[in-house]
Amino acid sequence: MIAAALTTDSFLERLPVLARDTVTGLLPVSWRWLAGSLLEIIAILASFGLLFAYLTLAERKILGRIQNRPGPNRTGWFGLLQPFADGVKALTKEDVVPAGADRVLHFLAPVVLVAVSLLGFAVLPFGRHLVAVELDTAVLYFFAAGTATELAVFMAGWASHNKYSLLAAMRALAQLISYELPLLLSVVPVVLVAGTLSTTKIVAAQGGWSLGFIPHWHVFTPWGAAGFVLFMVAALAESNRSPFDLPEAESELIAGHLTEYSGFKYALFFMAEYFGMCALSGMAVTLFLGGWGAPSALLEWIPSYAWFTAKLLVLLLGFIWIRATLPRLRLDQLMKFAWKFLVPLTLLNLANAAGWSLTAGWTGPLQLVRWAVALSLVAVPFVVLGRTLSAGSAPRTYRFA
Amino acid sequence: MTFTFLILAVIILGSALAAALRPNLIHCALLLVVSWLGVAGFYLWAGAEFVAFAQVLVYVGALSMVVLFAVLLTRQSRAELRVDAPETRRAVWAVIAGVAVSGVIGTAVFATKWDSAPVTAPEITVRGIGLELMGAHAAALLLLGVLLTAALLGAVVLAAPDRPEKEEKS
Amino acid sequence: MLGTGILQGLIVTAKNFVGSFHDPARYTTLEYPEVKPALPEAYRNFPFLVCDNATDPMGTLRCVACQICEKECPPQCIYIEKSRDKKPDATGKLQIYPAVFAIDTSVCMSCQICVEVCPFDAIKMDQVFEIATTDRYAALLLDRGQLTKPNAYFHTIHPTEAAEVDARLTADRQAAEEKARAAALAKAKAPAAPVAKREQTPESAP
Repeated sequence: MIAAALTTDSFLERLPVLARDTVTGLLPVSWRWLAGSLLEIIAILASFGLLFAYLTLAERKILGRIQNRPGPNRTGWFGLLQPFADGVKALTKEDVVPAGADRVLHFLAPVVLVAVSLLGFAVLPFGRHLVAVELDTAVLYFFAAGTATELAVFMAGWASHNKYSLLAAMRALAQLISYELPLLLSVVPVVLVAGTLSTTKIVAAQGGWSLGFIPHWHVFTPWGAAGFVLFMVAALAESNRSPFDLPEAESELIAGHLTEYSGFKYALFFMAEYFGMCALSGMAVTLFLGGWGAPSALLEWIPSYAWFTAKLLVLLLGFIWIRATLPRLRLDQLMKFAWKFLVPLTLLNLANAAGWSLTAGWTGPLQLVRWAVALSLVAVPFVVLGRTLSAGSAPRTYRFA
Repeated sequence: MTFTFLILAVIILGSALAAALRPNLIHCALLLVVSWLGVAGFYLWAGAEFVAFAQVLVYVGALSMVVLFAVLLTRQSRAELRVDAPETRRAVWAVIAGVAVSGVIGTAVFATKWDSAPVTAPEITVRGIGLELMGAHAAALLLLGVLLTAALLGAVVLAAPDRPEKEEKS
Repeated sequence: MLGTGILQGLIVTAKNFVGSFHDPARYTTLEYPEVKPALPEAYRNFPFLVCDNATDPMGTLRCVACQICEKECPPQCIYIEKSRDKKPDATGKLQIYPAVFAIDTSVCMSCQICVEVCPFDAIKMDQVFEIATTDRYAALLLDRGQLTKPNAYFHTIHPTEAAEVDARLTADRQAAEEKARAAALAKAKAPAAPVAKREQTPESAP
C-alpha cells in the first residue's frame, strides 16, 4: 500500500510505519492487511478527534484574547480539560426528539454527517509514508465524500418537523451547493498543472527547491496563490464557518437545522463541522502548500508529518482569526459573492493556469513576461469585478448620527 | 467475488424496490439515494474508480438535491407527501409502462454483440479517461455541456422574479 | 479596493491578540474571586454599626437606640429594642443602648436613609457584597454582633467620610466640654454670693 524508500529515511520519519509493522507482525499473515488498515483508521480517528477537542479550546481561547478576555481557564491549567468537560456535558444532556419528528432520519442525520466527514481523511498524505488509501482518483474521492454531507444537512432539517429547521436547512443547502462550484473549480488548475488526481503525486510534483530555499509549492505561483485564496474562501463556506455561518447562527433561525438537536447529537454536528474544516485545510495543504514538504532543504531533518501538521495548524488558526474578525454575511450577499465573484474568478484562474502550464518552457526574459501576464490575469479581474460588484454599496454616510 | 456482487445487487434492487413501495415521498427519495450509492459500490467493485466517485459526486451530491428540492417545492404541506393509495387503473398503466421500458432496454442489451472480457483488466488511468473524453467523444461532451447550460438557463429564467411593469409617465 | 477593509480588520484583531499578553488595556478581565475589584469610595451595600473601640465593641457602640432609623427606613427592615438599663458609652456618659439591633438584608434596599437621619453617626454604609448564604431567612438577618464594626474599619472603607465624621465629633465633644467647663465655672461663681456663709461644697461638676 505504501511504497517509497523507507530504508533511506530517518528514524523519526519511519517511526509510524515501524510501529504499525511491529503490531501487525504479531498477527498471522492473512490478518495483517486488515489489522494494518484498522490501525490506520484508529490513528486517524484518535489524532483528529484530539485535534478537534483542542481546536475547540484553542478557538475559544484565541477568540477570547482577541476580545480582551481570557478564554476558558478554570478547568485544569489554562482550561486544558475544557473539551472533556464539554464532552461530559454533551453526553449527559437529555436527548430530546420532537414528537412529530421522523425518528429514524433524526437519528441518522448526525451519524451520516460525521461518517461522511471522516471519509475525506483517507486520501490525505500526512507524511511521506502516511497515506491511508492510495487512490489514483484521490481528489475526486475527497470531493465526492464532501458533497454527501449536504444530504445529511437536509435530513437534519427535514426530520426535525419544524418549519424553521426546514427553511434553515434549505438555506444551508443553497449555500453549500453554491460554494461547491468555486471549491471544485479552484482545484482543477492544480490537477491541470500536476497532471494527476492522486494526492501523493500532487505533493511529489511540488517537491524540490529553486535556489535551495524557494519551494515549488503551487501557492508561490500566481495562479496557485489565487487558487489558494479562492479555495480557502470556498472552504470557509463549505464548513459553515464565519463569515458564512448563517446556517448555524443563533441570532438567525435559532440554530438553523440544528434547532431540534440536543446533547450528543448536537456535539456530533459540531464534530462534523470541525472534521470538515480539518479535512479541507488538509486538502489545501496538499494541493497548494506542498503537503508534507519542508520549505527549505536545510529543514528536511524535521519529519514530514510534523511539517504537514504545522501547515495544517497555521491554516486552522487562520480560520479562527477570520472568525474573530469578520461579521456574518447575509444570504443574498453570500450567494451573490459565490456566483458573481468567485465563479468567474475561478474560471479565469483555470485559464491562467492553462497558460502557465503551456508556457512552462519559456526561459530568460520570457520568464518575466510569463510572470507578468499571469499576475495581471489574477489582479486585473479581481479589481475590475470587485469594483463593478460593489459599485452600488459605497461606504455608508450617517447623516443624522 | 460473487458474494460481493450479490450484496451489491441486494442493496441496489432492494432500496429501489423500497423506494417504489414506501408511502412517504421523502423516504422514497432517500432510498433512491441509497440505490445510487449501491451503483457506485458496483462501479468500485468493477474497478472503475473514476466512474464510481463521479457517480457519488453527481448523483448523491447533486441529483439527490434536485429530487428533494423538486419534491419540497411542489408540495404544499407534509400531508401531501404521502403517496396516494394504489388504484387498479394506475397499477395497470404502471405495469404497461414498466414492461415497455424493460422491453426496449432488454432488446438493446441482448441484441448487442458484447466482446468477451479480456483476461486482465485494462490499465485505465485518469489521464487515459481524459484523453478518451477529449479525443473520441469530444462532440458528445460538448453537446452534454450545451444541454446542461440550457437547463441551467431555463431554471434561472423560471426562478427569476417577474419584472414589474414600467409605469406610464403622465 | 475590495479586500482592504478585511485586511485592516485582520490587523486590528491581531494587534488585540498580541497586546492582550502585555498590555493591560487589551486585557480587561478581572479574575474574580482571586482578584477583587477596586471599589470606589462611595460604593455602598448594606449598613453596619460603628463602635469607637475595637476591644470593647458592645460597650463603645455609638448607637443610643433612638429608633429614628427604624422609623425612617422605607422597607422597614430595621428592628430595635431599647435596653432597660444604661451603660457608660465611649465618653463615659451613661447611655441607653440597643439590646437588639437587627437588619434584614434580604429586605434592605441600600438607600442610605438610615445613615442620613442618624444624629449620632452610629450607622454607616458597608461595602461587603459577598454575603451569599445557603439559608435564605435566618442567615440574611444580621444581628447586633454581626453588624458592629470598629471605627478603624470605617476609616479603611470610607476614608474621607470617616475623617469628616471624626473631626465633627471631636469638635462637638470639645465644644461640649468647653460649655460644661464654662457652666461649671459659672456655677462655682454664682452660688458664692448667696451661700457665702455656707461652707464651700465640692463641685459636683465632673
